[in-house]
Amino acid sequence: MSAKLERLCQKLREVFGDRIGEPAISYGEVTVMVLAANYRDVAVTLRDHPELRFEQLTDLSGIDYSTAAGRAGGPRFAAVSHLLSVTHNWRLRLRVYATDDASPTLPTMTGVWRGANWYEREAYDMYGIVFEGHPDLRRILTDYGFVGHPFRKDFPISGYVEMRYDPEQQRVVYQPVTIEPREVTPRIVREAHYGKAGGRG
Amino acid sequence: MAEIKNYHLNFGPQHPAAHGVLRLVLELDGEVVAHADPHIGLLHRGTEKLAETRTWLQTLPYLDRLDYVSMMCNEHAYCLAVEKLLGVQVPIRAQYIRVMMDEITRILNHLLNIGTHALDIGAMTMVLYTFREREDLMDVYEAVSGARLHAAYYRPGGVYRDLPEQMPQYRVNRFKNDATVKRLNAAREGSVLDFIEDFTNRFPAYVAEYHTLLTDNRIWKQRTVGVGVVSPEDALQLSFSGPMLRGSGIAWDVRKKQPYEVYDRMDFDIPIGTNGDCYDRYLVRMEEFLQSNRIIKQCVEWLRKNPGPVITDDHKVAPPSREAMKGNMEELIHHFKLFTEGMHVPPGEVYAGIEHPKGEFGVWAVSDGANKPYRIKLRSPGFAHLAALNEMSKGHMIADVTAIIGTIDLVLGDTDR
Repeated sequence: MSAKLERLCQKLREVFGDRIGEPAISYGEVTVMVLAANYRDVAVTLRDHPELRFEQLTDLSGIDYSTAAGRAGGPRFAAVSHLLSVTHNWRLRLRVYATDDASPTLPTMTGVWRGANWYEREAYDMYGIVFEGHPDLRRILTDYGFVGHPFRKDFPISGYVEMRYDPEQQRVVYQPVTIEPREVTPRIVREAHYGKAGGRG
Repeated sequence: MAEIKNYHLNFGPQHPAAHGVLRLVLELDGEVVAHADPHIGLLHRGTEKLAETRTWLQTLPYLDRLDYVSMMCNEHAYCLAVEKLLGVQVPIRAQYIRVMMDEITRILNHLLNIGTHALDIGAMTMVLYTFREREDLMDVYEAVSGARLHAAYYRPGGVYRDLPEQMPQYRVNRFKNDATVKRLNAAREGSVLDFIEDFTNRFPAYVAEYHTLLTDNRIWKQRTVGVGVVSPEDALQLSFSGPMLRGSGIAWDVRKKQPYEVYDRMDFDIPIGTNGDCYDRYLVRMEEFLQSNRIIKQCVEWLRKNPGPVITDDHKVAPPSREAMKGNMEELIHHFKLFTEGMHVPPGEVYAGIEHPKGEFGVWAVSDGANKPYRIKLRSPGFAHLAALNEMSKGHMIADVTAIIGTIDLVLGDTDR
């Protein structure tokens, strides 16, 4: 398997040169970084190049890196796609950062893989990443009239508003949330080798 | 002459043929669909966000609630992702159990799909037949995990417990007399494996019954042949997977092409369609019944001969046995730490995709080394398939929309996450 991945990395280097970051192999998966400016060109080549042939976009999702442990600067938002080549039977992860943290913007992939349509709508809905050139960039999963982007790390898990039926007005009303935020298990990052034999603690 | 305008029709969110809470805004030109705009998210529970606030183990039961007709397959993808990050070895017996339960789940899922799809487009009887078999398999679910639906049976590192020695039996009550109970218990005298084996022997005859009911049924063919045709190129472009992709004639199955667990030791075939319409996809699913049945048989045979552990003995990942925990201080600490703080997963990111009954179910897990996931992205097959609803139903009659919703095997829990 790893020989095959090496071959894929070699191909990627040959075809793209410095248009993409250095392909990295970890956990038997290849990850490639690309700049937003080259994103579309690289995607088209990935799809059409006979030795790459990533015909399918398996998945595309947003991510917010703002609170990751050990993160040293860098852009906050990224769109990560998982590509699949049915012809060559290999997968690739493509990561593109949105450089502007305040209004993240990326080019759309809907012209390359039509399946990107809803995935980009979801990333827009959840993270507020705007995909330029998307034909129909509406919210998809959240409620009609929802405010904010819920999967951002600064959005509380309990949200800002709750909904209830108001018997006096005889309709459903929105009001600020009444539940207190709580954390049952705190988030803990231990030092490397924590709990391993020979280590301390 | 009066001007004729297209009009909009609201289909759902509460409609029996919408398979859950799907709201469909249809723009109609007479009875012909001009544009279909699915509004989803009515069942959105923010599973991915919830996962970020739960430990790696606490997240697992949420996966059951995604596609609530193929529970164990959802868990499977998640467990594979976590195991890949942790580098844990899963005992071989657990791998066989997982493969067997995955295939049982596939049969369960397709039984529901074919039953309700037929129900939606007018064949009332079908669902009565498929639910008869679902009942048996649901009993297997209950016997191994204690729950008929939300099993939480797969755990990172293996499965929660070994298959029980005794299949639960019916008892006499005021609704079931002696004779009935005796008949119902005939297959339940032995272990769960005996019951499953008995089922696999009976099942091909049941599939033959479904074929008799539907395959050459004139009305069924009128409603499905040539409806919702997807070309192979379009199927790839639209991120299709599973039976939807195979129905269009692309021989792609993760179990064969990128085998996980012990699928590489299994002997089975991949059915593919030729026309890419609803009828071909139906035939693909019907054939998958028999192929799954074959895999289950092979697993039962292996599992009978090879006892062994079913979960890893790495107590940073899986709890020690109750017995060990009560007699040994170290095991007690392990148990306590695992269930309070949880396991620590090394930093990194992995994607684990499995051949879920509906298509490819993938989990993209990002860890920053904490006891909770940093980001979990669930790639659900139904989401990509529903996104193509507009393209598939354009130009068809409104009644065909129901047939297309049936064929994409829609479960909104999976689509909305």
